[in-house]
Amino acid sequence: MADIALAPEKAKPKLREATSWDQLKHNKNWLGIWFMLPAMAFLVLFLAYPLGLGIWLSFTDTKIGRVGQFIAFENYEWLWDDGIFWLSIFNTLLYTFLASAIKFAIGLYLALLLNENMPFKAMLRAMVLVPFIVPTVLSALAFWWIFDSQFSIISWSLRHLGLISQNINFLGDTTWARVCVIFANIWRGVPFVAITLLAGLQTVSPSLYEAATLDGATRWQNFRYITYPLLTPIIAVVMTFSVLFTFTDFQLIWAMTRGGPVNATHLMATLSYQRAIIAGQLGEGAAISSAMIPFLLAAIMVSWFGLQRRKWQQGESND
Amino acid sequence: MTDLPASKVDLKTILATPARVDNSEGMSYLQSVPRRIVTLYIPLSIIVFILLFPFYWMALTSIKPDEQLIDLDTYSPFWTWNPTFKHFYKLLFESHYPHWLWNTMYVAVCATVLSIIASVLAAYAIVRLRYKGANLVGGLIFLAYLVPPSILFIPLATVVFQYGLFDSPMALILTYPTILIPFSTWLLMGYFKTIPFELEECALIDGASRWQILLKIVLPLAIPGLISAFIFCFTLCWNEFIYALTFLQSVSNKTVPVAIVNEFVDGDVYRWGSLMAGALAGSLPLVILYAFFVEHYVSAMTGAVKE
Repeated sequence: MADIALAPEKAKPKLREATSWDQLKHNKNWLGIWFMLPAMAFLVLFLAYPLGLGIWLSFTDTKIGRVGQFIAFENYEWLWDDGIFWLSIFNTLLYTFLASAIKFAIGLYLALLLNENMPFKAMLRAMVLVPFIVPTVLSALAFWWIFDSQFSIISWSLRHLGLISQNINFLGDTTWARVCVIFANIWRGVPFVAITLLAGLQTVSPSLYEAATLDGATRWQNFRYITYPLLTPIIAVVMTFSVLFTFTDFQLIWAMTRGGPVNATHLMATLSYQRAIIAGQLGEGAAISSAMIPFLLAAIMVSWFGLQRRKWQQGESND
Repeated sequence: MTDLPASKVDLKTILATPARVDNSEGMSYLQSVPRRIVTLYIPLSIIVFILLFPFYWMALTSIKPDEQLIDLDTYSPFWTWNPTFKHFYKLLFESHYPHWLWNTMYVAVCATVLSIIASVLAAYAIVRLRYKGANLVGGLIFLAYLVPPSILFIPLATVVFQYGLFDSPMALILTYPTILIPFSTWLLMGYFKTIPFELEECALIDGASRWQILLKIVLPLAIPGLISAFIFCFTLCWNEFIYALTFLQSVSNKTVPVAIVNEFVDGDVYRWGSLMAGALAGSLPLVILYAFFVEHYVSAMTGAVKE
């Protein structure tokens, strides 16, 4: 490219030699550095540096307002014997696994339903995405109210249907609290899964289904042998994102239960906030959030192989 | 390299042409009406009802008079015949709510604009300048997208404190781009790839600099992509919680999500009305924005996943 660009420069009436400054101005690498500078500055200063700093902090006993000493693995040893920490790992895994699996199932089902021909299709799709638009904390507050121990509309309805005799203590009982936060997470995540999978579904040519139906395929076979294989790559990516964001969820829990009752809904993110910011133990909090990294790496690996597979399926060697 | 844009454009047009426009009936005639009701309309309406019910409940609660809020037996809880705007009035004139709304808007707009500028430059450089190591940098930016705020907020809090940004909107304006830049760079890379390379070659031959090409050729052609990136980033900023919760302290500096959770939650049994009014008022700007730009929003969301 550079030599094409230089040609008119030489043909100018002035017949000036291309100075080294002119050459530099058209050097791709030189220009590239300047174009990348703003983005890189942000990402290095506020992402890469803190990421490293977080791991360093987890090896120190830093507290708010006090510079810490290097104490090697003491934070981790301390956490190893901490029942609440293990409970938060268990909660996080349970939360991530259940919420992601159900989000996937309902999301795929909803995508298949929305892919059918019906009146007001565009409007329905737009409405389905609303839970994803509204800030999580604000919808979590609505759920907090819906799951209120005294004035819950669900308890009221069930009581009037004669199914229960007294109000369910939704957010006060350990099992119910877990069910409620998982439900709220699914509620928020389903639109994302459904709409992205729907975009994938729309690229599947209807003629494939027509051909299969002529050959006598049932609806289930249509799904199993056409839709599912063609959708696998996009499912891999969507689910990686879904797992990643569910695993590191903070705001939903913080707005609804703050980790309670009896730490039953404490995720690793909420526990690290509580230890680091509220209790002031920055080092210990950093150790908890650093403990999330191995899990995240595993999720990223899945995403990576999902992407690889997709390229291979589409026969694209370069992008 | 030159035949690449052509094949890309082809693919895009194929994808963009809805395959069902010409045969909108499809195979749906194979299904009888009762069957469609059972397999399609009933499950769909149940799901849509569950997805939208919390908003109905939020809106209803925010206009119910106090005594109806906690008395479910005298009045039907699902409707109210004497709506009141008391809660909204309290919100707007007896609290910092307008201030919080302004803070959120200010932070979101500034952070989004900064990120879009940085991402346009980065995406253009990665896709079109193709400097040495461009692919590697592209991959790293994708990885940055996968680093969640909840493992960064503790070290970032110390960084913010060191730079003297604690408790100022600047802390958020400078940290939000770390969430937004990876996403919007990735999205814009996809858009820039679809712009024919030949256009740029013509401009280069006519003596345009890279900067002029970017401003006068690439950006005008990528406007849909820019709108998508803008809307999505704005929504992400508005939604962000953990950084705002950690970096801001004084009541008047807070953003809407943090302020509602921290300032409105007290022991008052009647708090629900103003809490829900606050939640509703905090969501409405985004919902209105979304209503105007549904297509852009969806293409941003799906584009980021597809790329």
